Amino acid sequence: MTIWISIVIAGIINYLTRLGSILLIKPERLSESTKKILGYVPSAVFPAIIFPAVFFNETNTIVQINDPKIIGFFVAIVIGYISKNIILTIIAGLISYWIVIFLF
Amino acid sequence: MSKKTENLLKGFYDVSPLLLPVVPFGIIFGAIGIELGFGPYVTYATSIIIFSGASQIVFFQLLSNGASSLIAITSSSVVSTRHLLYGAVVAQYLSKLSLMWKIFLSYLLTDQAFAVSQEFFKKNSNDEYKHYHLLGAGLTLWIVWQLTTVIGILLGSIVPEELGLSFTIPLTFLALLINYFRKIDHLIVIFLSGLSSILFYEAPLKSYIILSCVISLFIIFLINKFQKKI
Repeated sequence: MTIWISIVIAGIINYLTRLGSILLIKPERLSESTKKILGYVPSAVFPAIIFPAVFFNETNTIVQINDPKIIGFFVAIVIGYISKNIILTIIAGLISYWIVIFLF
Repeated sequence: MSKKTENLLKGFYDVSPLLLPVVPFGIIFGAIGIELGFGPYVTYATSIIIFSGASQIVFFQLLSNGASSLIAITSSSVVSTRHLLYGAVVAQYLSKLSLMWKIFLSYLLTDQAFAVSQEFFKKNSNDEYKHYHLLGAGLTLWIVWQLTTVIGILLGSIVPEELGLSFTIPLTFLALLINYFRKIDHLIVIFLSGLSSILFYEAPLKSYIILSCVISLFIIFLINKFQKKI
């Protein structure tokens, strides 16, 4: 039973984090500099999801420099920079990762 | 085709490449829930009630490691605080909507839906029906997440672990940043946030995500302020 209560509480809090700003922020009250800073939100949030997933192993230790994930990561950066294409970036990173895993 | 349908379909179209990691992740999540002993109903309920892959995983992992409910709830909530920032960004474009729309669209505001829809909002800020883009992207992700959770619950880990498909998660978020690779100010934020996330990875209650956001945003704020003075 407690598990259900926990899930509902976690769900409500999670939902409130999504609703909170949408409901409470009045755009006309935001200063220009705040709007500018909000423009950086994707660049501020996504790396915090990307970097630990690439640079840490399942055991929470830092990976080796020649780890397949590091190689896939850098290939994806280069292809992303050149192509500016989302699908190509993901595919290039994944394929280079697979090549290192399965061929070496 | 009406503008509403057009925007709805555009949301679906824009988010579809991002489904590549969502599908295996949903299946893996469903299978993990069963493996950790939470049973099919509890496992599925999190996908509908919490509806956030990262928070759901954190929640289950902590509980199964013997953490108290309080710790599990707090940690999964700290992980979801990033949505406050997403909400602040999209609030600029959704302020004229009715309360019902805001209540419903908030439920669908996931990482991937935010990523594609905020780009669309920026380019189409005068479009009266721009919120249909978020509806299309959000509903697509919701349906896929529900279906794949059920597949994982019923069929177990049908995704071979050797394929290392969990690596597609960081790859997708990286791909979402490619438009910023040529902008030096964004590169500074990306680097600062990435570095902070490594340094603070062991911080309590999985707070490294929100810590990294706050640190990188604060520093770029200072840099912008300093630049204006010179």
